[in-house]
Amino acid sequence: MNGFTGFVLRRAVGAAVTLLAISVIVYIVFYATPGNVAQITCGPRCSPEQVHQVARQLNLDDPLFVRYGHFLQGLVAGQDYSTGTSVQHCSAPCLGLSYQSDQQVTQLIWAKLPVSLSLVAGAMVLWLILGVGTGVLSAWRRGRFSERVLTGITLAGTATPVFVIGLVLMIVVCGELRLLPFPQYVALTDDPEQWAWNLLLPWLSLALIEAAAFARLTRASMLETLAEDHIRTFRAYGVGERSVVGRHALRGAFAPVIALNANNVGSAVGGAVLTETLFGLPGIGQELVHAVNVVDLPVVVGMVLVIGFFVVLANAVADVLYAVADRRVVLT
Amino acid sequence: MSEALLAARAAGTDTTVPAGSGARQFWRRLRTQHAALVAAAVVALLVLVALAAPLLTALEGQDPTTYHPSLVDSARGGVPVGPLGGASADHWLGVEPQTGRDLFARLVYGARVSLGVALAATVVQVAIGITLGVAAALGKRWVDQLLSRFTDIIVAMPLMIMSLALLAIVPSSFPRPVLVALVIGLIGWGNIARIVRAQTLTLKELDHVSAARLSGWGTWSIARRELLPGIAAPVITYAALLVPSNITVEAALSFLGVGVKPPTPSWGQMLTAADVWYQAAPQYLLLPAGALFITVLALTVLGDGVRTALDPRAASRLRVGTGRRRESKAAGGGTA
Repeated sequence: MNGFTGFVLRRAVGAAVTLLAISVIVYIVFYATPGNVAQITCGPRCSPEQVHQVARQLNLDDPLFVRYGHFLQGLVAGQDYSTGTSVQHCSAPCLGLSYQSDQQVTQLIWAKLPVSLSLVAGAMVLWLILGVGTGVLSAWRRGRFSERVLTGITLAGTATPVFVIGLVLMIVVCGELRLLPFPQYVALTDDPEQWAWNLLLPWLSLALIEAAAFARLTRASMLETLAEDHIRTFRAYGVGERSVVGRHALRGAFAPVIALNANNVGSAVGGAVLTETLFGLPGIGQELVHAVNVVDLPVVVGMVLVIGFFVVLANAVADVLYAVADRRVVLT
Repeated sequence: MSEALLAARAAGTDTTVPAGSGARQFWRRLRTQHAALVAAAVVALLVLVALAAPLLTALEGQDPTTYHPSLVDSARGGVPVGPLGGASADHWLGVEPQTGRDLFARLVYGARVSLGVALAATVVQVAIGITLGVAAALGKRWVDQLLSRFTDIIVAMPLMIMSLALLAIVPSSFPRPVLVALVIGLIGWGNIARIVRAQTLTLKELDHVSAARLSGWGTWSIARRELLPGIAAPVITYAALLVPSNITVEAALSFLGVGVKPPTPSWGQMLTAADVWYQAAPQYLLLPAGALFITVLALTVLGDGVRTALDPRAASRLRVGTGRRRESKAAGGGTA
């Protein structure tokens, strides 16, 4: 158990270091750009004096590492910003103020986070059920016609961009069949039932795409496990086929699925941006696209870091789960 | 790996591996997979269409950027005039709502953007991946540590999010398709670098490489003459699957309005406004969606076929369990 605790600790420290490195890289990439940040922020029609004023306001005259230091300080201890006449206190973790609205980036993200979390969490439940279920089924029905159909469907799933499947779903279900109204986000705390109904299509769109990858992986690793000696032993002892596939082989397939799920958090976040934009859900993704279009750098950097945080966290948790699920993993 | 098993099972390619040159063997194995062959034909056709886009549109007598206000009904919000979304002998697939631009021309020029950006991005990814992967494997310990951690960080950052964000800060004077290709290429090389590093570490210990080193060859010559042939197979395999994934990313970025910008046509961008028009001009939605689907599907099937042809052992490994659980984790991570 001691070795395990140490492993978890080492993994946590590793994740923290990775996050710090990500913040440095992201900060350098975005704030040391060849294009003049003040010029971009101010817009193409600004006079040189205006650009200079913006640059002073944003502390752009300081060297880069000093500005990064300020940024880090704000993140850990909070920071005061003077916005013309008044002073705004931005408490830790402070990611700066939006160039556009002077709103605190942390508050902005905090307001949008429930939407994105609702979307990704719900979709994740769906894609794990759909993906693992399909994978198990097609491993079980190997060589039969039903397996070929399932393989074909999953292949088509991997080849469909999420916004195409979302568009088609929205048009068919909401437009033609009128089974559901066009999705409009309702907060979970306001009305849980409406929340679920309105998120049903976004969940499905995101989940169907991700499920395809899981089905392929689950099937492959189930087949791999089914070929192993201990499974042959189970069969020789007369354990039923359903139990062999459903319990023993599935346990072997569990670890790779966890690993893929962590890897897929990144791609799912990308998919969530598309889903939010398509269905008009007011989440982090939609805000990010908006911030990119108006070159609101603090918002862009803040969002990238928050998303990076979740991805690194997911990977660290997956590594630990992986070690728990598969005791053969060497803890390093 | 799953399709590898299926194909190998159908064709029996994993039984005996006949001797022969690498390339010839590859073609022979690829030829036995019918799905991959059909996919290859589709891909070849798409490439041909993309290359011949100016020729095809000249044949039709249209171009992708000219507005035809007379072909849309401005009183009804810009719905194309005539049945089938304005399809006629002049405009084979109809016209775009509101602008009246020729859809066929936009579709075939869109193929150019899609395939061109994806291929260019893949070339960048492979070039960076090979360079950093080999450097990490052959370099001193601290070089390896530094590059490997850097690769970890690059892999941890979601490709879509990073390219989306990066596209915000580059001056708009830069040619947009080139920019999109560069951004995707500069971010998405992490897994290639990991694969190359792992493969190079294995190859480094082999006799012919040791022999070259003992003969006094420099690191550069060893890398070029002894290692590159050995890492070609896994790199080609992974690159073949990167192309469809890059196509999807480009389409997604253009769909969000930050990728390829008008007037340059792109499939993703065509889909942005398509949902409003699905009743009046269904082909405005169906054509780019279908083109995207077929292209990505064909490239994925071809990629799977290439993998089976290059590594038939991956297929047989699934049959005779060798307990290589760690490998399946790496493979799972690689294809994600």
